[in-house]
Amino acid sequence: MYLDGKKRSSTSVITTDEIFACVYGTKSFILYHLFSNHLCIAYLSPQRVIQIAMVKSSCEEALKELKQWMKPEKAKTSMATYPSSAEIVSEPLGAVLVISTWNYPFSLSVKPVIGAITAGNAVALKPSEIAPATSSLLSKLFEEYLDRSAVRVVEGGVLETTALLEQKWDKIFYTGSPRVGRIVMTAAAKHLTPVVLELGGKCPAVIDSDVDLQVTVRRIIAGKWQLNNGQACISVDYIITTKEFAPKLIDALRKGIEEFFGTDPMESKDISRIVSSNHFSRLESLMDNYKVFNKIVVGGQRNQKKLKIAPTIFLDVPGDSQLMQEEIFGPLLPIITVENVEDSIDLINSKPKPLTAYLFTNNEKLKNNFVQSVSSGGMVINDTVLHVTVSSLPFGGVGESGMGSYHGKFSFDAFSHKKAVLYRSFSGDASVRYPPYTPEKQKLIRAVMNGGIFDIILALMGWSRD
Amino acid sequence: MATKEEENTVFDVKAANVLTQELRDVFASGKTRSYEWRISQLKSIVKMCDEHEEDIVDALRLDLSKPQLESIVYELTMVKNSCALAIKELKRWMMPEKAKTTLTTFPSSAEVLSEPLGAVLIISAWNYPFLLSMDPLIGAIAAGNAMVLKPSELAPASSALLAKLLPEYLDCSLIKVVEGAVSETSALLEQKWDKIFYTGSSSFLGNGRVGRIVMAAAAKHLTPVVLELGGKSPVVVDSGIDIQIATRRIIVGKWGCNNGQACISPDYIITTKDCAEKLVDSLKKELEAFYGKNPLESKDLSRIVNSNHFARLTKLLDEDKVSGKIVYGGERDEANLRIAPTILLGVPQNSLIMKEEIFGPLLPILTVSKIEDSFDIIKSGTKPLAAYLFTNNKKLKEQFLMSVSAGGVVINDTTLHLAVHSVPFGGVGESGMGSYHGKFSFDAFSHKKAVVYRSFVGDASLRYPPYTLGKLRLMKALITGNFWTILRTLLGMS
Repeated sequence: MYLDGKKRSSTSVITTDEIFACVYGTKSFILYHLFSNHLCIAYLSPQRVIQIAMVKSSCEEALKELKQWMKPEKAKTSMATYPSSAEIVSEPLGAVLVISTWNYPFSLSVKPVIGAITAGNAVALKPSEIAPATSSLLSKLFEEYLDRSAVRVVEGGVLETTALLEQKWDKIFYTGSPRVGRIVMTAAAKHLTPVVLELGGKCPAVIDSDVDLQVTVRRIIAGKWQLNNGQACISVDYIITTKEFAPKLIDALRKGIEEFFGTDPMESKDISRIVSSNHFSRLESLMDNYKVFNKIVVGGQRNQKKLKIAPTIFLDVPGDSQLMQEEIFGPLLPIITVENVEDSIDLINSKPKPLTAYLFTNNEKLKNNFVQSVSSGGMVINDTVLHVTVSSLPFGGVGESGMGSYHGKFSFDAFSHKKAVLYRSFSGDASVRYPPYTPEKQKLIRAVMNGGIFDIILALMGWSRD
Repeated sequence: MATKEEENTVFDVKAANVLTQELRDVFASGKTRSYEWRISQLKSIVKMCDEHEEDIVDALRLDLSKPQLESIVYELTMVKNSCALAIKELKRWMMPEKAKTTLTTFPSSAEVLSEPLGAVLIISAWNYPFLLSMDPLIGAIAAGNAMVLKPSELAPASSALLAKLLPEYLDCSLIKVVEGAVSETSALLEQKWDKIFYTGSSSFLGNGRVGRIVMAAAAKHLTPVVLELGGKSPVVVDSGIDIQIATRRIIVGKWGCNNGQACISPDYIITTKDCAEKLVDSLKKELEAFYGKNPLESKDLSRIVNSNHFARLTKLLDEDKVSGKIVYGGERDEANLRIAPTILLGVPQNSLIMKEEIFGPLLPILTVSKIEDSFDIIKSGTKPLAAYLFTNNKKLKEQFLMSVSAGGVVINDTTLHLAVHSVPFGGVGESGMGSYHGKFSFDAFSHKKAVVYRSFVGDASLRYPPYTLGKLRLMKALITGNFWTILRTLLGMS
């Protein structure tokens, strides 16, 4: 499937861009229907805008920068290898597998594929079966617009994915849960296939008391319920704030939710539904657990038929509750209180490293402390989720939240092998390298490797610091 | 007393668990974060190399009969150079890298911060036991991690020396050495690490087998890995070159590197039928000039590491398909674990010697009609750690670079890229994943955390529901980050 040399031209990327121009312009209406049927997203929702716009923007950036990215990078050489020149050449890995997920089924499928194509690989995409409409649309559109000999879509569930994972790939790019991430990496290990795993975690938001409360609350809501109703890997999972500040925060959140979603959020068109009945049941059991059900301070309403759950806030649930143990991936928001806001750092570090950590504060000292001491994939200060739009930043996890990264040039790099190349000529051959070894030769080589002209002269003259 | 000692020295899963917990506790205290701690450790490594040079050379002689010059140049000097580079550059490496933001997130600023991963495991190899232990260690220290080093038990003198010296010179609450073999390594691999760095010489157990075991163990804990493995590094020799220089460089890259027991040693040669004879003659001449008429006696050649590998190599030589193809050398001394530099001409591609990484002093030469045919031969195997080409033909050079995928490539020389710290050193495909050397070592042991800073001003209500068509158009425009698009939209002209 990997065609030697073919994928090195820019033409396939242009083809990809056409698909998106087309999709965006004339087929966006079809997409809207698909998206709205699938996730009950309103016509005027950012889901459509963000997914398509981001994909288009990725494509445009790749088109603009590809020539630059494909150029070898010159590297400095030293006296140790004089005379020589060196460079780092980016080459495609070969045939790569991209396994996508259901919550942003379009962008999380296409963005990695863009990276794979720009780096010159052949790629197989396995979209999520939990987003069936998008999966079949991608299959149809890719077939129509892209080079079928090098870019394929394989639809299916566990069976098809397992069959794919048994093959030898040159890279596997997986977006999903840590549990399946382990399965993917174990399968990859059999063939020594490197992986990028974009997983999840419990993304905390720490809220200090010196913040602009209105702006903070809006940004939290934007980063939770506006993001696929909490079903996003970078959604705010839980909040940490001081005991003192919590009541004010909850009040403000309550008001904000009403302002954005109306007095009955269950009726609001601006909230996504829960993706499936499985996930609905999962979230319900999180909510109804005896350890937390009486800690609800806002929301709690649900409609099983419509698969809707209202924005729900909990106060001070126990740390060993299921709600605080697993990634919520839904509209439930626990608030944990601490004595001092600094205590939040230890609390976060006691848990697995999240994909993103958020901090709202005007306190420079706290900000610096947080940035230095909390380890997470990425971090945003005084806002939520925006970092995904900054393509000059690597997007990826650490520890349980994943390995590797992408976006912008990082996507190109993720799917490339950086081959070191050293050029030498036949002149300047130093016999000092060759046996039989003598103490003099040893002194000279040492001196050359240390790179000090002075040392070299000394050694040549028969003296040395030996 | 003896029983108590015995109990203390059993390193099982429980002991490994306690060890990793200890490391994490000290790491959590933040001790490794400081520039001062990292610099002090790096400087101590340099001191250790200087003060114990003789001991290190002796240990290498015991383990491998490694010639003194090789020990000094490839093990000691390279380690000291790595350290010197890290000491010089660490401040710069530790600085956050500013990243450009666009109108999409205006007003904001962003940076990429390098932070330590935590507790890392370094499993080293036997052929360059000092270098391949210390070089990754330097990267792990520079990046601010806590670490365990597991040196190879196949180089016992070096392993024991490292176990003795490291606690003397380095902070043993954060840098630990665990000696041992399969059971100790397995106990370590069961723990949760924040990174595992494995260097495996391709053992006779099968190319990359242990690499797979390490990665599978890492997968259980979602631990990222660097695997520095091996492969059959080919040398393509074109006509129209300075054959003497090429020969000397091949010899020094092969037999001058631990007698061929190096991951980037030239494994086999491909040349045209016409050139083959000249090449063989030149090799014979230079080999005799370097190692004398009795290479088994030469002090400038390492021995074979142990009897297992000796048996493996003689088996390769004695296979029916190849035993008649020896054109030079072939002598062996089992008692002293020595095999003379041996050249074979025209071995069949399905022979054992062409199937696995040789890792020894045997050099098969394959011949082709046209030199370009060599590329297909190389591509029919797995991607090697290094590939070498000797040519003055610019077109051939370009073709080689375009079509042959390898960890690293050297044109008109062998193995030298090891000494170039500005390029990454690592494999691809079966030869490994990840890389190190220079700043790449620091990066290998760091997490690059993206941080975006926003203020409370400049809050755009268009982000928030209820959504209107106008808001949506503006949002679309904003994501492009394009000033004109945004302006047009604001003016209602989109």
